[in-house]
Amino acid sequence: MIKRAAQVKLIDEQGRRVDGRLPDEMRPLRIEVGKLKSADGSAYVELGSNKVIAAVYGPREVVPRHEVIPDRALLRCRYAMLPFSVAERKSPQPTRREIEISKVVREALVPAVFLEEYPRTAIDVYINVLEADGGTRTASIIAAATALADAGIAMRDLVAAVAIGKIGNLLVVDINGVEDQYGDGDMPIAMMPRYGEITLIQADGVFTKEEVKRALELASKHIDEIHRLQIKALKETYAKIEEGE
Amino acid sequence: MASTLMSGEKRIVVPGDLVQDRAKARVEGAVYKVNSQIRSKVLGVVLSDDGGKTLKVVPLKGKYIPSEGDLVIGKIVEVGFTSWTVDINSPYLAVLPVSEVTSKPVTIPRSDLSKILDEGDLILARVVSFDKSKEPVLTIKESRLGKIERGIVVEISPNKVPRVIGKKGSMVKLLEELLEVNIIVGQNGRVLVVGRNEKREELAAIVIKKIEAEAHTEGLTSKVREYIKARLT
Repeated sequence: MIKRAAQVKLIDEQGRRVDGRLPDEMRPLRIEVGKLKSADGSAYVELGSNKVIAAVYGPREVVPRHEVIPDRALLRCRYAMLPFSVAERKSPQPTRREIEISKVVREALVPAVFLEEYPRTAIDVYINVLEADGGTRTASIIAAATALADAGIAMRDLVAAVAIGKIGNLLVVDINGVEDQYGDGDMPIAMMPRYGEITLIQADGVFTKEEVKRALELASKHIDEIHRLQIKALKETYAKIEEGE
Repeated sequence: MASTLMSGEKRIVVPGDLVQDRAKARVEGAVYKVNSQIRSKVLGVVLSDDGGKTLKVVPLKGKYIPSEGDLVIGKIVEVGFTSWTVDINSPYLAVLPVSEVTSKPVTIPRSDLSKILDEGDLILARVVSFDKSKEPVLTIKESRLGKIERGIVVEISPNKVPRVIGKKGSMVKLLEELLEVNIIVGQNGRVLVVGRNEKREELAAIVIKKIEAEAHTEGLTSKVREYIKARLT
C-alpha cells in the first residue's frame, strides 16, 4: 500500500493534494433545486467534477401492489451511473456496486423521512451520475436529501454526507477519484447534522480507533457546511418563486 | 393567513428548522416536536396569526392527502359491483360506495351502476372517512354534491388552494362577482367553474392559473381585479 502511494504522489512537499487542495479542504459544492419540471422534487449537485442529478416522485401509488407496506411509505432508491459518466463506457446494466450504493443511499435517507405520514404509498428516488470523480455516493446523498425536501415530503432533517480518505497516515476530506484509487482508505459518512446522528458509515482500508474518531470529527465539521448549502439552495429557490420571478 | 402574506412577514423553512422563536406562541401545521423544541417537517412558510400568538407552518409543495370533511372534485376511474373507484388527485384512490350515492335500493348488476355514474364522469364529493389504513370514502348524498354536468375543471397545486379561496373566500367572491360565474374549489386542487358562457369560464380558468402562479406575491387581489377588468373591456 505505502509503496503504491509513493509511486503516485498524492501529497506534495507543501502539503497540497493532487488537485491543489489542503487536507481539510472540500471540493467546491454547488446545489441547484427544482431543475426537473415533471418530477415532484429534484436537485442537481456538482461536487468538484462530480455531477449528480436526483429526482423524487411521490408519494404515489405502489406498483407492484404486493410491495405495499400497510403502515408507512415504501422508499425506493435507484442509483445509476450513466454510460458516459466515466472515461471508459460503463454498461447501462446495474452493476453490483450500483445495487449496493442504491441500498446504502436508501438506508442513509430512511431515518430522516416521516414514512409513517404516507402509509401505503411509494416514494421513488432516482439518482443519476452524469460525471463521476470519486465520492459519488456522498454527492448522491446530498442530492437525494435535497430533492426529497423539494418534493414537499415530511422529514426530520436533511441528510448530508462527505467522504474522509486516508493517504499514508494523513486524513483528508472529500477524496477525489485519484485519491480513492491510490490512497489508503475511504470512509464515506452521512449524518443528520441537526441531531448529530450518523445514517451511513462505510470504510475501505485500515483505520485505527483514533483515526475513526478523528474522521468523524472532521466529517461532522464539513457536513455542517454542506447542510448550510443545502438549506441555502432550497430557500433561495423558493424565495425567488415567491417574488414571482 | 392571507393578511400576513400581504405584510410580507413570512419566513421560508426547510425540514428540521426551528419554528418557535417565542416561547408563548402556539404552533400548528406541519411541525414536529423533539426535546421540547418545535421544528418544521417540510419545506414551507411560517405564517403568524392574531398578532403572532399562533404560528402556522404551511407546506409549499406536496401531494393532496385526504382529510375527513374535505370537499373534493374526483373522476370516476372504475365502476365496480357495489362501488366506484375515484381519482381525487392524491396518492390514494377513493371509493364511492352505492350507499353514499342513493338511498334507493339498487340491484347489483354492473350495467346498472354505470348508468348512474360512468368512467370518466366528474363528481363533486365530500370525504366521509379516511384513516390512512383504508381507502378514503366519498359521499355525494348532500345537496349540491354529485355529478358535474356543466362548466370546466381547472387543476392547480393543492398547496395553492387557500390562495385561490382567499381570506374568508374573498378571492373566489371577487372572481364570481366580476365574471358572473360560480366557482367551487376542491381541497384536492381541482377547481370547478360554471358560467353562463364559455368565454367567461375560460377567462376564469386563466385567472385561477394566474393566481396559482403568483400565489405569494403581494397585493394579489387588486392585481387580479385589474387584470380581469382589462380583459373584460
